[in-house]
Amino acid sequence: MIRLGVPSKGRLMEQSFDWFAARGLRLSRAGSDRDYAGRVEGVEGVSLVLLSAGEIPRELAAGRIELGVTGTDLVREKLAGWRDVVTEVAPMGFGHADLVLAVPECWRDCRDLDDFAAIARDFRAEHGFRLRIATKYHRLVRAWLSAHEVADYQLVDSQGATEGTIANQTAEAIADITSSGETLRANNLRVLDEEPILRSQATLFAANGAMNPQMQALLRRLELRS
Amino acid sequence: MIPKRDKQAIGQRLLARFREAGAQEIAPDILLPAGDLLDLYGEDIRARAYVTQDPIRGEMMLRPDFTVPVVQAHMANGAEPARYCYLGEVFRKQDIGETRPEKPRDSEYLQCGFELFSRDPAADAEVFALFHDLLAPYGLRAETGDMGLMLDAIRGLPLTEARSEALLHHLWRPRRFARLLKRFSTPAIARDFPETKAPWAGLRGEAEMTRRIARLRADAAVAPLAPVWSERLARLFALRAPAPEALPALRDLAGDMPAIAPAVARIEARMQAVAARGIDLGCVIFDASHGRSTMEYYDGFTFSFLADRAGWPPVASGGRYDALTRVLGRGREIPAVGGIVRPGLLAELEGLA
Repeated sequence: MIRLGVPSKGRLMEQSFDWFAARGLRLSRAGSDRDYAGRVEGVEGVSLVLLSAGEIPRELAAGRIELGVTGTDLVREKLAGWRDVVTEVAPMGFGHADLVLAVPECWRDCRDLDDFAAIARDFRAEHGFRLRIATKYHRLVRAWLSAHEVADYQLVDSQGATEGTIANQTAEAIADITSSGETLRANNLRVLDEEPILRSQATLFAANGAMNPQMQALLRRLELRS
Repeated sequence: MIPKRDKQAIGQRLLARFREAGAQEIAPDILLPAGDLLDLYGEDIRARAYVTQDPIRGEMMLRPDFTVPVVQAHMANGAEPARYCYLGEVFRKQDIGETRPEKPRDSEYLQCGFELFSRDPAADAEVFALFHDLLAPYGLRAETGDMGLMLDAIRGLPLTEARSEALLHHLWRPRRFARLLKRFSTPAIARDFPETKAPWAGLRGEAEMTRRIARLRADAAVAPLAPVWSERLARLFALRAPAPEALPALRDLAGDMPAIAPAVARIEARMQAVAARGIDLGCVIFDASHGRSTMEYYDGFTFSFLADRAGWPPVASGGRYDALTRVLGRGREIPAVGGIVRPGLLAELEGLA
């Protein structure tokens, strides 16, 4: 049996269902909207597990599901050495979002990361502590800033309403996921003129440990692999 | 797998030698307050150290190195000159990227160290010779450097104070350093700072921004650094040779860069003191960039002892860290030099021999 994990709520669930339906695999909730059991029609030997998108990377790594739909951002943030754990089977073309570093719009002297690095250094000298970046993507942001040799900052954890941390003076900058940039603009934040830290989209992942003939057959059936 | 007991035994042997050299043994805590370490090393340490939470003491770290707690202990109740030695575990996470390493590094391993707090200029040679003697049976390669030489070379460039400070700050980040140097060596482009309707937000003050904009405007009028200076700097940073060849080359460079003359004299005196302790300088490499890629607390003499084995960290390393004592001493500074040996690697070398 191949267990397929799909986000349990909202647009991501609906778009995932549509994506599989277009490939001949009808997924649905077993009962009411509150029921997290799922049903699969159109192919034998596949069961549907509805999960929070954030838990799907961990469930794939733990071997409790063999296939899963989640964002590339979540896989890269949550699974150290992710290429040895899961394989990207197919980008699914929805759920696009960029992980970006944003600063207050009023910082007229901050266009790019060089400005940001200089401001961080000044900030530390002025305030006696390192400039704070609020984020929930600790590993990705730290690795990116380290690769760009930015030093005088610290990360503060923010699991929600990250855009509000600057007005609340619990952070000076934020690193968060954005699709249109609208929420950032509404909060008077501006993205730095740099390539995003990561371009993410909903992606079908397979656990590396589950690449058996049965899985190969299913992927062929979905016309994802010969 | 070499049993931990055997590594401990080698550590005890080293410790006995450090005690014979006049050191007093100390045993710093394993759980250290994270604040001091984060302030010192920055966010990178969080990727490398194990962080844990104490309900009362807050964020704590499993000891990622001994230097900080040893300096703190000395600052709290030490008198100079003081020699300390220690043996114990340090804990390091490996920062894993997209793939898992084939051969993961040890996440906990022993360090045996010796630290000397002294105003005597001969302290560098004393520490280096001690490590050299200790490690002589293992056929390691000795490499040395001097961060003060690089810092003085930068201070000696004909730059504005703001530009000089920026280069000094980023010396440990080679690509950012190279970009800055290139920017200072080309005519500045005046930039504009477009007005915005956005209200001021956050802790960074508007006055801070205004001051930075004024600095950037003033900087745009500064003449570029003549290309000959980055060439000289590049020549200095690339210098790597056995000490008897490196010293004349350094004297040569000091002809073009008078600012490094005192540092060069210091290095020569140190090498003479090392030779006076019976060490063949022909086997001691001087590398002007040594210490530039390690943690940024060394600001003078640096050294490491390396085995010819792929993927190994230095078997021993150390250096002078006066600036660290200044930061941790809240203004009080005590000249300090020291280093650590990794007994686990010696155990492997003994196993191979």
